[in-house]
Amino acid sequence: MSLFQTLTDVQPSAQASVQITLQDQVHQVPANLNVAAALLLCGYSQCRSTPVSGAPRAPYCMMGVCFDCLVEIDGVPNQQACLTPVREGMVVRWQDGKASLDQLEAEL
Amino acid sequence: MSGHDLAVIGAGPAGLSAAVQAAELGLKVVLLDEQASPGGQIYRALEQASPALQAMLGPDYSYGAQLLGTMRQSPVDYRAGASVWQLNREREIGLLQAGKAQFISAARVLIAGGAQERPFPIPGWTLPGVMSAGAGQILLKGGALKPAQAVVLAGCGPLLYLLAWQYLQAGVRIAALLDTTPKANYRAAAPLLPGALGLPGYLRKGLRMLRAIRRAGVPVHKHVTGLRALGSTRLEAVEYQQQERWQRLDTSLLLLHQGVVPNVQMSRVAGCGHDWNENQLCWTPTLDEWGNTDIDGIMVAGDNGGILGARAAELSGRLAALESASQLQRIDQAERDRRAAPLHKQLQRERKARRFLDVLYRPLPQFRIPADDATLVCRCEEVSAGEIRRTVELGCLGPNQTKSFCRAGMGPCQGRMCGLTVAEIIAQQRGVPVAEVGYYRLRAPLKPITLGQLADAAE
Repeated sequence: MSLFQTLTDVQPSAQASVQITLQDQVHQVPANLNVAAALLLCGYSQCRSTPVSGAPRAPYCMMGVCFDCLVEIDGVPNQQACLTPVREGMVVRWQDGKASLDQLEAEL
Repeated sequence: MSGHDLAVIGAGPAGLSAAVQAAELGLKVVLLDEQASPGGQIYRALEQASPALQAMLGPDYSYGAQLLGTMRQSPVDYRAGASVWQLNREREIGLLQAGKAQFISAARVLIAGGAQERPFPIPGWTLPGVMSAGAGQILLKGGALKPAQAVVLAGCGPLLYLLAWQYLQAGVRIAALLDTTPKANYRAAAPLLPGALGLPGYLRKGLRMLRAIRRAGVPVHKHVTGLRALGSTRLEAVEYQQQERWQRLDTSLLLLHQGVVPNVQMSRVAGCGHDWNENQLCWTPTLDEWGNTDIDGIMVAGDNGGILGARAAELSGRLAALESASQLQRIDQAERDRRAAPLHKQLQRERKARRFLDVLYRPLPQFRIPADDATLVCRCEEVSAGEIRRTVELGCLGPNQTKSFCRAGMGPCQGRMCGLTVAEIIAQQRGVPVAEVGYYRLRAPLKPITLGQLADAAE
């Protein structure tokens, strides 16, 4: 169940939308959203877990201050979801716990 | 490197009006803003907002259209999606735009980064489902998103009541408004009422909003003295204390707000001097009447220099532009003073009116300095109020020492969400004024930037 929904009566119904992937799930979202708004609309209640205790976190301030919405976007980690507009074909992944060098080392 | 006369950081009311005014006086202006469209938080996404959405948000939102239109018509070099991650005393600006980092410089720099919401450290405020009221309003403005279920609003201050009013226009069900304004504040603010009456529009609007909230049947619980957010992996309920009694409300969404404070990251990283403002319980950069900091050529305007609101931000932005034009010898001092006189006068009225709001909505100590040791203060590194207090017992005198003992302020937000709380806890434990304990020493980069991007910028 999503915490937020679109206000359909003030939004033009023929509004453009884009397709993005959130945690391997494909979603069609309004093109005017940023990534943090999109994940809230799509019903995700968390977008990362903390490196210290592993506690779940979700966007808090929506204005680039709290850094609780850090996600991986198109392979680049630590992106502020609330400051990044959605783009067609964007692939977003949650950041769970501590960053690890394992994958990087395996590639080397 | 490039030859700008004035670089303005932030395209809210202060930055927009400064950029427009400076360009009008013949300055070559670059306007940098990290959002996708101009307007700051107050006029956020206004250019894209449908007439129906604008009507829902109220006239103070639509008011910004003229300013935005003027900027679009002006020769200002406006850059959207441009994050500033560095500013130094030589006025070199590290910029990140579309994944590319670069440096630009300017003869003068105006920091107009606006405000952020004051941290509201209550038990459970890190749970998904707890957000700031500002976040709720941003989702409404920028995405036309509203809460899907009944929402609980808690705290105090104009933005909280404005959001409640806007939510009612949007048909959102407000389960409760938990008002933390203490009874004593009404008495303390009463003598300042004449100052507020100098700008009666504010009071009228405020009272009309509060009346509309009551009329709509929103349960308003006044003089709340305690708040707790409960849940395991997400918010399930809010508990609030009223006249010593705790009560519980089940909800999946809680929006918190207790005023706004200047966003001083940029002026701090540049090395500008700051003072503790006891009236507004926050740090403000040390400024003269034009907005000059103690660093040559670096200025601050708008709420970034102390909270006065959007209209005052426009005035201080224009003053900074006049001063810049005078310093760069496009106009003489007499011309600057002639044009500035009515602006200074109007700004003085705004200041007087603001004192009333500062006193009325001064947040209670327990909502700034958590009494419960287990309450998280630093959200990033998950450091509790008790751990901060223990560092003081160990001999830490200020936030920088505390940071090296327990990592508070060392996470990605760089102390934006804990700095004020940590400074106030230390001051309380030591029994000294906050001014004496100081603040974190901030260093670039202010924004996430990869080593690759950094290397490209250096070339």
